[in-house]
Amino acid sequence: MTSTRAMSNNPQLNKNGQLQHLLTTEGLPASILLNILDTAEPFVGVTERDVKKVPLLRGKSIFNLFFEPSTRTRTTFEIAAKRLSADVINLNIAVSSQSKGETLLDTVNNLSAMHADMFVVRHAQSGAAHLIAQHVRSEIHVINAGDGRHAHPTQALLDMFTIRRCKRDFHNLRVAIVGDILHSRVARSQIHALTTLGVPEVRVIAPKTLLPAKVERLGVHVYHDMAKGLKDVDVLMMLRLQNERMLSARLPSTEEYFKYYGLTPEKLALAKPDAIVLHPGPMNRGVEIDSVVADGKQSVILPQVTFGIAVRMAVMSILAGS
Amino acid sequence: MQLPEAEDLLAVLTARIRQGISSDTAVVGIHTGGVWLAERLHKDLQLALPLGVLDVSFYRDDFGQIGLHPQIRPSDIPFKVEGSHIILVDDVLYTGRTIRAAINELFDYGRPASIRLAALIDRGGRELPIAAQYIGTTLEVPPAKMLALEKKADGKLGLSLYDKHQGNE
Repeated sequence: MTSTRAMSNNPQLNKNGQLQHLLTTEGLPASILLNILDTAEPFVGVTERDVKKVPLLRGKSIFNLFFEPSTRTRTTFEIAAKRLSADVINLNIAVSSQSKGETLLDTVNNLSAMHADMFVVRHAQSGAAHLIAQHVRSEIHVINAGDGRHAHPTQALLDMFTIRRCKRDFHNLRVAIVGDILHSRVARSQIHALTTLGVPEVRVIAPKTLLPAKVERLGVHVYHDMAKGLKDVDVLMMLRLQNERMLSARLPSTEEYFKYYGLTPEKLALAKPDAIVLHPGPMNRGVEIDSVVADGKQSVILPQVTFGIAVRMAVMSILAGS
Repeated sequence: MQLPEAEDLLAVLTARIRQGISSDTAVVGIHTGGVWLAERLHKDLQLALPLGVLDVSFYRDDFGQIGLHPQIRPSDIPFKVEGSHIILVDDVLYTGRTIRAAINELFDYGRPASIRLAALIDRGGRELPIAAQYIGTTLEVPPAKMLALEKKADGKLGLSLYDKHQGNE
């Protein structure tokens, strides 16, 4: 697929090639990803001031539509919107009208009639944000805050922002994504973003039972052994072991998982001495990551949270201005 | 149209500002041209407080029409704004909308004791009640033209005239 075809077919872009919705990092040109990262830089400074607020989205109404529970992501979107001076309405629809039988699009129609300007959507079903984006009027923008196993673009973008802050350039990096790739929308969005931004070597490290079929097609190198996979790596992106999604027994036990794939100081020592460790949170300490690593010098897990607000401010501003 | 030499105007502006400064004066430049001028003023006037820079993109009033400006640089005010005496510096004073945005942004860092405005050129055409205390010169520029400060390869400043691009001030 050529880049021009990708652009004209991409439901995320308007007819001028500007970002209209953010649904996935897949198929977005590097220029758009970099523009989001560049725009996030000055927002980091805003969040460090006395008045942590700019008037950019004053008078806009942003609805957080969370059909699946999430504290951190919802909170960071809420803070981002408030720091742009938007009005934020949080709807936890798992316990609202959907339980009374209203369909997804009926819910969206009702909220559109309340003059929403932007929807931030989290849903257990892959494609839910796409469906809403195709349905709403062109003045309304949709941000995917995680849909099923499919995509979580703002998480991937804040990871890219964190990597760029620490490593400056994407073009000489070796990046390893470790853990439950199979169930992870974060991993998919990370892989697309990393390859688009020019990272020459992206590795995935996981047991066979936690890897999607034909994952190599995404342009990654597959490892099942941490000792080999972590060698000479610059960036380690740990994933959460998704207990709530493990319906079938894919692993003997979490203890066994920790033994082979948990990131301990000994395993981290196999990577480059200046390697950084990322984790999208919430962490299972003692399952995918050892506390000594999570709280250690090479961990950038808390900066990720801080940068996540600036990146979400950037995405909301770019969308609202397109 | 014959444009004046920016370096000559800067010399005039520097001399005028020199009369009005004290040990607690701070200068803040507005990106991009205003920052170049503020850097020079800061050095030549030997100001003690560190130089501040503003990118007013998050405070502009044309976001609803044209969206976010590309290539926004971080604002940085490395001194305590609360109670400070600030000279705000821009290259060309025109509609006054950029200055309105800059004043609003400064107040989000604290309540300054005073803000004065310095501009290399006042080209008239104000749309808001904004006036500069210090100017290099006044210059009549046709509304269809855009006047911009540029930094040459040798670091010297120069003025250029362009056909106005849509949406810009």
